[in-house]
Amino acid sequence: MDFNQSTEDNLFDHARIIGKPHARIDGLLKVTGRAPYAYERHDVVANQLVGYPVCATIARGKITHMDASAARAAPGVAAVITTLELEPLARADSNVAHLFGGATVEHYHQAIAVVVAGTLEQARGAASLIDVRYEEAPGVFDLEDAWSRLQNTSEPIAHIGDVDAAFDAAPMTLDETYRTASQSHAMMEPHASIVDWSDGGQMTVWTSNQMIEWTRQALATTFDIDADRIRLESPYVGGGFGGKLWLRADAVLAALGSRETGRPVKVALPRPMIFNNATHRSGTIQRLRIAAGSDGKITAFDHSAISHTLPGGSGEDAVNQTRCFYAGENRRVAHHPIDMGLPESADMRAPGEASGLAVLEIAMDEMAEKLGMDPVAFRILNDTQVNPEEPSKPFTERHFVECLRKGADTFGWAKRNLKPGGQREGQWLIGHGMAGAYRGAPTMTSGARVRLQNGRLIVETDMTDIGTGSYTILSQTAAETMGMEMGDVEVRLGNSAYPTSSGSGGQFGATSATAGVYAACVALQAQIAKRLNVDEARFENGRVVAGQLDLALADVADGEEIVAEDTINFGDFKDELEIGTFGAHFVEVAVNAYTGETRVRRMLAVCDAGRILNPITARSQVIGGMTMGVGAALTEGMSVDTERGFFVNHDLAGYEVAVHADIPEQEVIFLDTTDAASSPLKAKGVGELGICGVAAAIGNAIYNATGVRIREYPMTLDRIIEQLPAA
Amino acid sequence: MSMLKTLEHSLSDRNEQGRHLFMNSQSSAERSNVSLVVNGERHQLELDNRTTLLDALREHLTLTGTKKGCDHGQCGACTVSVNGERINACLTLAVMHEGDDISTIEGVGGVEHLDPMQQAFVDHDAFQCGYCTPGQICSAKAVLDEIQAGLPSHVTKDLNAPIEISDAEIRERMSGNLCRCGAYANILKAINQVAEARS
Repeated sequence: MDFNQSTEDNLFDHARIIGKPHARIDGLLKVTGRAPYAYERHDVVANQLVGYPVCATIARGKITHMDASAARAAPGVAAVITTLELEPLARADSNVAHLFGGATVEHYHQAIAVVVAGTLEQARGAASLIDVRYEEAPGVFDLEDAWSRLQNTSEPIAHIGDVDAAFDAAPMTLDETYRTASQSHAMMEPHASIVDWSDGGQMTVWTSNQMIEWTRQALATTFDIDADRIRLESPYVGGGFGGKLWLRADAVLAALGSRETGRPVKVALPRPMIFNNATHRSGTIQRLRIAAGSDGKITAFDHSAISHTLPGGSGEDAVNQTRCFYAGENRRVAHHPIDMGLPESADMRAPGEASGLAVLEIAMDEMAEKLGMDPVAFRILNDTQVNPEEPSKPFTERHFVECLRKGADTFGWAKRNLKPGGQREGQWLIGHGMAGAYRGAPTMTSGARVRLQNGRLIVETDMTDIGTGSYTILSQTAAETMGMEMGDVEVRLGNSAYPTSSGSGGQFGATSATAGVYAACVALQAQIAKRLNVDEARFENGRVVAGQLDLALADVADGEEIVAEDTINFGDFKDELEIGTFGAHFVEVAVNAYTGETRVRRMLAVCDAGRILNPITARSQVIGGMTMGVGAALTEGMSVDTERGFFVNHDLAGYEVAVHADIPEQEVIFLDTTDAASSPLKAKGVGELGICGVAAAIGNAIYNATGVRIREYPMTLDRIIEQLPAA
Repeated sequence: MSMLKTLEHSLSDRNEQGRHLFMNSQSSAERSNVSLVVNGERHQLELDNRTTLLDALREHLTLTGTKKGCDHGQCGACTVSVNGERINACLTLAVMHEGDDISTIEGVGGVEHLDPMQQAFVDHDAFQCGYCTPGQICSAKAVLDEIQAGLPSHVTKDLNAPIEISDAEIRERMSGNLCRCGAYANILKAINQVAEARS
């Protein structure tokens, strides 16, 4: 099915099931511990061995010596494969560093060996017996140094108008520098795979991955084999957040181990290796300048940022949203990805915007204060309905102002204390802050197959459910389209034997995959109509109705199965439009007047993201983003050893994600909007919108509470306490 | 950093290496018999002494509902009940539990006969990816029991009075169970639903 223009009124505008709250259909399996995740699939193949990785303990250089003889002789060991025994494995485009092979070390904790044994205990014990020597090479690991060297030396990504003249002419300007920390996805399920490549022929991979087809192709490249010899299954994914978009070392090491031993091998990355071995969100340093007239109208933005990347990667583009979130005739943005020797930076939930809005939305707060304006009113004044870089490109649906107004009303914004540090309860300083949220709404080609079997419908697509609710919304889509009940629909996901979908990432999954299932259902309807020899049929109440004909779906094929498959292709008409999602976050914090400890007391998000397919799962996505935003604001940051080039706090004790006690009451309001240019379902994503702007709202609330303006994340108490007013 | 130098294993990894060396030196072929009562059923196992209770459950009894998120006692995904008390199964060796009565998520309830806490988690969408969920549920059940038994927490104000079930008590006592999907607010609602039904 081609989606080449905005859709008209359709069945989803009169929906029975889409847009209604439905409990997660995979919920029963998850609450009973029966949902099978990658490492625990004892049932899929017999005689599994266990692989344990060995990782490099230098950041850059060469391995000069590896002695694995003691490991090979250790009890239970079936094989040891060291990186020196192989040429570097081919690198898929999606990876920046090589995953295995050769003597060169490109980053700390790069995999350099795998020990395969009968049990984890044996493999881990033997892994510690491998003697490794290195010749260390110098490396660049300090973003601060890079910032001072490289400021204003690169060409901007975009420059419209005359920014310098606008700043010269402006009565009010802001010029501040901000820092965001490197962050880890820290999904609860480690990267893990079981690989059966016993005969060196067909490779079967049971893994935990967001993107089935990308990863199948990456495996084919890595091992130089035909992708058709590879089958991947990832029906349940214990969180991803971008960390499982790519092929990683777990699957590669398991495949090598399986080929070597002739038995299936399973590998999970030990948690302390994940932070440096796998990918992360790069920290940034950002300089943001804003110019405005005395009327509060922004005349210019000048936003430059740096982030780190291994050579060939793209870092964290923190300036992208500044190109089109607010009005202003002059703007210059520049992102400098700096080649450094730290581990591989890559996408994490709302890549770019999460870091960029964490800064832009503090700068907006600072600018509003300079202008003597309410920060909500300042944003409303500077709303735009077109892309300010290309005014001929309108936003299809942009209800940002409504988000701001609705949020302010609901939160009681007007009643807040205006004087920073002016509201106190005992030892706690109380503050309120807000921020805007913006994230694009991309769509990707997405396929599905549907099978009608005796009145039951089976949906098959390689789409993944990483906790996002894919099982449920795809069941809703199929049931809605076919006029069936959700109980008569079975959804099968995450298997490369099924048609290629968008996969899960970039908040494109829900919009794209539901459209793909819709397309397959429409193809099935056409087949049924043809079989019944009717031109047009209605599908309702589990029946097909056409003129005099009124037949149960169970009876249309005399017990035969009817199979239909289709793919949704999104047309390039979207290139002429700006399709985005918008939101506003409001937060109340209490900051301890003596210690600087910040407690978040109340959070509200108002979201404009098109049709909400299932308000239960969508709300969970948004509160999940808000929770990750609390971590980003207050606790999460990977500390860089700038001498040795690695992240020091590489486990879940040292890298502090938000816990129960950190999270207060959270309210989410979805505006009742649809976007006909987005997809046949008029939906857009919410999973990344939820994290955008949250950290800044908390930072702004801390300022309101204390009068202390923090421009470096995470806003830990040590960064606050020195500047606290006398208690 | 300008000079090339030859290094052995880095300082930062020595603790990890040392731990494993220690375990290895003990191990070679040391194995033990242990009898565990898991979800009411007695199992006789012959295990490598280094096997954690978590791996005994997941790898030897194929009770994979109990999850391994970190294997270092930092995430709570492996929470099970041992003789009525919740513990992290990754931080204890199986051989230390001879005869112990262990309850895992599989014993809490199955698809056809959910425990009220499991039902409450479904009712409130108290999870997304589901990986931390069995640990959250095992912890949540234990939290209500601990409050009822009068065991104080960091946020308990009066140590001499009966402890009231409050949002603050639940949040504090659940804070050893990480949920990166961020379902905490929904988990709190689920636990409150069960607490209210009990009272």
